[in-house]
Amino acid sequence: MSSDFLVRAIVFIGAAIVFVPIARKFGLSSVLGYLFAGIVIGPYVLGLVGGEGSDIMHAAEFGVVMMLFLIGLELDPNKFWEMRKAITGMGALQMIGTSILLFTVFSFAGLNWQTSLAIALAFAMSSTAIVLQTLKEKHLIHTSAGESSFSVLLFQDIAVIPILAFLPLLETQGTKSSDIAGNSIIAGQPAFVQIIIIILAVILILLAGRYLAVPFLRFISRTGLRELFTASSLFIVVGVAALMQLVGLSSALGTFIAGVVLANSEFKHELESDIDPFKSLLLGLFFVSVGATINFELIAKEPVFIISISLLVILLKFSVLFGIGKFFKLSNDQNFLFSFGLCQVGEFAFVLLSFSNQINIIDQELNSKLMAIVAITMTITPLLLLINEKFIDPIFGTKELEEEQLADEIEIKRKVIIAGFGHFGSTIGRLLRANKIESTILDNDSDRVELLRKMGFKVYYGDATRLDLLKAAGADEAYLLIAAIDSPEVNLELMKTVKRNFPDLKIMARARNRYDAYELLDLGVSHIYRETLYTAVNLAVDALTQLGFRKYTARRQGLKFIKFDELALRKLADSRHNLKEYILNVREEIEMQEQILQNDLQLNMDTSESTWDGTKVAEELSKS
Amino acid sequence: MNYIAENRIKECMPNKILVIFAHPLLERSRINRSIIRKYQGHANVKFHDLYELYPDFNIDIEFEKESVSDNDILILHHPFYWYSCPPLLKQWLDMVLEVGWAYGPDGNALEGKTMMQVITSGGPKLAYSHEGGNKFTIREFLRPFEQTAALCKMKYLPPFVIHGTHRISNIDLADHANQLAGLIGYLSLKDLNDADLSDYQYFNDFLIERRPV
Repeated sequence: MSSDFLVRAIVFIGAAIVFVPIARKFGLSSVLGYLFAGIVIGPYVLGLVGGEGSDIMHAAEFGVVMMLFLIGLELDPNKFWEMRKAITGMGALQMIGTSILLFTVFSFAGLNWQTSLAIALAFAMSSTAIVLQTLKEKHLIHTSAGESSFSVLLFQDIAVIPILAFLPLLETQGTKSSDIAGNSIIAGQPAFVQIIIIILAVILILLAGRYLAVPFLRFISRTGLRELFTASSLFIVVGVAALMQLVGLSSALGTFIAGVVLANSEFKHELESDIDPFKSLLLGLFFVSVGATINFELIAKEPVFIISISLLVILLKFSVLFGIGKFFKLSNDQNFLFSFGLCQVGEFAFVLLSFSNQINIIDQELNSKLMAIVAITMTITPLLLLINEKFIDPIFGTKELEEEQLADEIEIKRKVIIAGFGHFGSTIGRLLRANKIESTILDNDSDRVELLRKMGFKVYYGDATRLDLLKAAGADEAYLLIAAIDSPEVNLELMKTVKRNFPDLKIMARARNRYDAYELLDLGVSHIYRETLYTAVNLAVDALTQLGFRKYTARRQGLKFIKFDELALRKLADSRHNLKEYILNVREEIEMQEQILQNDLQLNMDTSESTWDGTKVAEELSKS
Repeated sequence: MNYIAENRIKECMPNKILVIFAHPLLERSRINRSIIRKYQGHANVKFHDLYELYPDFNIDIEFEKESVSDNDILILHHPFYWYSCPPLLKQWLDMVLEVGWAYGPDGNALEGKTMMQVITSGGPKLAYSHEGGNKFTIREFLRPFEQTAALCKMKYLPPFVIHGTHRISNIDLADHANQLAGLIGYLSLKDLNDADLSDYQYFNDFLIERRPV
C-alpha cells in the first residue's frame, strides 16, 4: 500500500467529514455537501487532487450498483401493487413528459439528438435523497403530495436501470468504447444468441437467488459470526455484478434483480443493514469525485448561460409536475408541495451524465456545465420549498388537514415491530395478525426464523439490538415497538438503543419480574408487562373461585390487585437506588399490600352492600 | 358586597357538564364517532368514554363520584339498545349512585343538578309511537332514567334523540352534529329553567324552534 494512496484517502475522506456536516447544518442535502467537498479539493480551488478524480469516480460508481441492489431489496411487492396506478401513471407521465419537453429544447439549442436525449433522460430525474428526507422531516409522507412524490421517485429509481442499459446504444460512431462490451461473451455473437444469453443470465440470477443464496446465508448465519455475514452479503453483490459484466450486461440491472429476489427472504433487513454503509460511503466518494471533476474555467466564462439554463430546467420540470398533479386531482396546496419538491434534477443525473461522458455521448466541456446545472437546481430546492411554505401555502390554507373528515376517517396503517419471536413474542404476533395487523418481526435464531417463515410469518433474521438493523426494519417510521426478547439483559440493551436513537417510538416491553421492571422504568419505559404478574394473578383468581368465591368477585379482586401492584412498582422504583431505604420500603410495601388487600376485601363487601341487594339499602331507607 | 360579587361571577361562569358516554362498538358507529367531537374543545365539558376507561367493567367509583360532584349537568350519551342503555352504563349507575350519597335520607350529593340523555336509535321516529312497531314512545321507554334522576333530586331535561342512524346521509349527519353543538352551547351558558322545556318531547324540538331565522 503506497503512501500516495493513504494521502489520497485522507484528502477525500477528510473533505467529506468537513463539508457534509456543514451542508446538513444549513439544511442542505448531504449530496451537496459531498459535491462541495469535491469542488474544494479539486484542481480549481485547493488543487489537492488532479486528474485522478475521474479514476476514483469509476471505482466509486460501484456505490450506484449497491444502491440499486438496495432499491430492489426494498421494493415491497405488496406496496408496489397497491400503488401501481400512481407509480405507472404519475411516474411514467413525469418521466416521458419531462424527457420529451427537455429533448425538444436541447435539440433546438443545436445539440445532436443522441446528446439531447441523454441529457433529457438525466434531467428528468429528481432527487430521491433530498425529497424523501424533507418529506420525512416535515411529517408529510402520508399526505397525498407525499404519496405522489414517492410514486414518481420510485418510478425514476427503476427507470434508471433500462436507461443505463439503453445509453450505450446511442454511442456515436467511431467512438466504440471497447471496455463496455468488448471483453464480454455477448460481443461478436449474432443478435438472437445475445438475447438468449441475456435471458439465461437473468434466469440464473433468479434461480441462484432463491435456491443458492438463501440456504448459503442460512448456513452462514448459523455460525453466528457477524463479519462473515457481512462478507457474504458483499460477495453476493460483487458476484452478481461481475457475472453481469462478464455476460456484457449492466451490473446495475443484475444487482437490482438480485435485490428483488432476496426481498422476500428472511435476510432482507440484515442484508440491507450490511450493504448500506458500503453503499453510502461509495456513493459519497462518487459525489466527491464528481465535484472534483467539474471544470470551473468553463463555467466562469458563461455564468449567465448556466444559471438561466438551470432556471429554465426547473420551470419546465415544475410545469410538467403541476400538470400531472392537476390531472390526478391533487388539491392546490398539495400540488404546489408536490411540484416544488420534485422540480430539481437529482443525484441519478450525475450517474447518467458521467456514464454518458464515458461512452462519449456528452463531451467533457458540456458535461462540466451540466454537472454545475444539476448542482445548482439541487441547491435551490430547499429555498423553493421555503418559499412555498411561507408565501404560497398560506394562500390555500392547509386544507387537507383542516377539512373535517366526517366519520369515515382514513385509517393510516401504523407500523409495528416485534423484537424477539419466541413463545412470548409469537403469541403477541398471532393475536395482532388475527386482527389483521401485520408486523415486522425480528429474531436472531435462524432455525426458528426458517420454521416460522414456513408457517407464513414475516420474520426477519437479525440481532434486534443493532441500530442499523432497527433502521432497516423501519424503526424511524414505525409507531410501536414491542420488545419481547427472551433474555431480559438483551431486552434491556434493546431498550437503551431505542430510547437513545428513536425517542418518538412508542415502546411496550416485556419484563421477567419486578427487578427488570425497575431497570426499564429507569430508562423511561412506561408500558411494562411482567411475565410473573398477570399469569400469577389469573391463577390466584381461579384459586379463589375454587375456594368458593363467586367468579365475578374474584376477578374484580384480581384486577384491583394488578392496579395496586403497578402503582406500588412505580413508587418503589424511585426509592430503590438507596439500598437501605429499598429494603425498608419493601417490607413496608408488603405490609401495606396486606393491609390494602384486607381493606379491599372489606371495601368490596361494602360496595356490594351499597347496591340494591345489600343490607345497607334496607337500613338507610328504613331511617325515613 | 362580597356576596354580590361572588354571585355575579357565578352567573357569568358557564355550567360545568359531565358527559358519560357508553358505546360498546364505537368503531362501527359512524354517527357517534362524528358527533362526540362536538364535546371537544370546551373548558367546561368533561367526557368519560366508559368502554375505553373500564373495558373490564371495573369502575373507579371514587373517581366517578368526584367527577359527578364537580359538575352541574350530567349527560348520559348512549345508543338505544333493547329500549335501554348498554350494560356498562347500567353498571355505572348501579355502582356510582350509592345509597347515602346519591339517594336515601342522607343522599343529597346530586341535589339541584341536572340530568339529560343523548340517544342514537336505529329506528325512525314514527316507529316509536303508540301506532308504530315499538308501541311506546321514547319518553315512555326512558321512564326508569327519569325516575332515577328524580330519586337523586336532579332535574331531568327532555332527551336529545337522533333517529334512523342506520341510513343517515352525510348532510343530515352534519346537521345533527351542529344541533348537538347548539345544545352544548345552550346548556353551558343559560341559567337553566326546566319550566320552559317541559312542553317538549325531545330537546331537538326546542332547538329547532328557537333557531334564529
